Amino acid sequence: MNKVVRDAREALERASIRDGATIVLGGFGLTGLPENLIVALRDSGVKDLTCVSNNAGVDDWGLGLLLQTRQIRKMVSSYVGENQTFERQFLSGELEVELVPQGTLAERIRAGGAGIGGFFTPTGVGTVVAEGKESRMIGGREYVLEAPIRGDFAFVKAWKGDRLGNLVYRMSARNFNPVAATAGNVTLAEVEHLVEPGEIDPDHVITPGIFIDFIFQGTYGPKRIEKRTNRPAGGAGA
Amino acid sequence: MDPSELKKERIVRRAAQELRDGFYVNLGIGMPTLVANHIPPGMDVILQSENGVLGVGPYPEKGREDADLINAGKETITVLPGASFFSSADSFAMVRGGHVDLTILGGMEVDQEGNLANWMIPGKMVKGMGGAMDLVAGAKRVVVTMLHTSKDGTSKVLRKCALPLTGRKVVNTIITDLAVLEVTPRGLRLLERAPGVTVDEILQATEAELLVDEVVEMPV
Repeated sequence: MNKVVRDAREALERASIRDGATIVLGGFGLTGLPENLIVALRDSGVKDLTCVSNNAGVDDWGLGLLLQTRQIRKMVSSYVGENQTFERQFLSGELEVELVPQGTLAERIRAGGAGIGGFFTPTGVGTVVAEGKESRMIGGREYVLEAPIRGDFAFVKAWKGDRLGNLVYRMSARNFNPVAATAGNVTLAEVEHLVEPGEIDPDHVITPGIFIDFIFQGTYGPKRIEKRTNRPAGGAGA
Repeated sequence: MDPSELKKERIVRRAAQELRDGFYVNLGIGMPTLVANHIPPGMDVILQSENGVLGVGPYPEKGREDADLINAGKETITVLPGASFFSSADSFAMVRGGHVDLTILGGMEVDQEGNLANWMIPGKMVKGMGGAMDLVAGAKRVVVTMLHTSKDGTSKVLRKCALPLTGRKVVNTIITDLAVLEVTPRGLRLLERAPGVTVDEILQATEAELLVDEVVEMPV
């Protein structure tokens, strides 16, 4: 079994990425973003993509790169406030957008990866999110039926991974990555440190290798910070 | 501090009084985040951030920021001893599953039935609801912090929300620069007035119908 590829470009080639694909991506803001894969996707020129990702990046990084090149036809996200290209393309009708509550998004991806055909959630009852969806009273409370999400591909970023695809994440860079990893027909993982099997304690594995098809060590510059906040010198802070 | 900052400071201080020892709390982006600065000394409150952190600590010192450690507002943070990290799916199991004792969120509009609108202005602002719909559906208590009126004096405490809702009948308490209001089965009850503000002034600034009996001064 050899899941290791040289870089993001080879990963996309081996995975046979194509126009019109649905891709589920990990990441929250710019943290834990599969950035090597996103850049390679831009360079590949594939288009008409549906991207399922909590956020849309910023104008010049993350999925913002693919919005600028108009490679994305549809976004499925919970919060897109940090990206003006997104807002412009959405308001002009160029970009199709499905806004999904963050927890519902995570659970839809989880369901897609776990072979669950849908679930009833209290989130969004009485709002536009519930319009046109089946609702049901369960235990005296109203719930709305949400559908699973599965991608033709999933892109994830981890801190450490071994050649078998076992992954460990770092701090809040975990976010959507473990659920995204389960929800691709083909899942591609980029890691900061590629190690040999056995170097990760099995007790510490967050994403077991069965979910990963291709893995490579990415190349990373200094990590970007969206909002640099500090405590006042000598005092406490939020 | 300019007047609008003073108003916000008052709201934040009053909101901090909703905290209780042992609470797991999720603070929304913006003004609610500042509530963390006013946790009473000696009180154990564990802050949850829906991007996958329990045990959020203060902002880092200059030069100690870590791009992998942010809160839901994408701000750099630190964590306290006993913190944990988890996936977004686990995070919202906490939220929807009723494990979060209290959430404090911002609002654009609230109404007397406890409806909340805080995520969208049709045709104008499309940022998305983020985790707000899950939080109001799942947290044990929902407190909304906001200015009582918009800049032109229009009430944001309404008979019926006009903007698209974040949640239906989900709000427990509303804390504004003028008043503290409680959503009850009988309607919206005026509990507290801000120092220097009369009940009449609150009634004038409020479109919603208010139940008024005993009104105390906001202890801030």
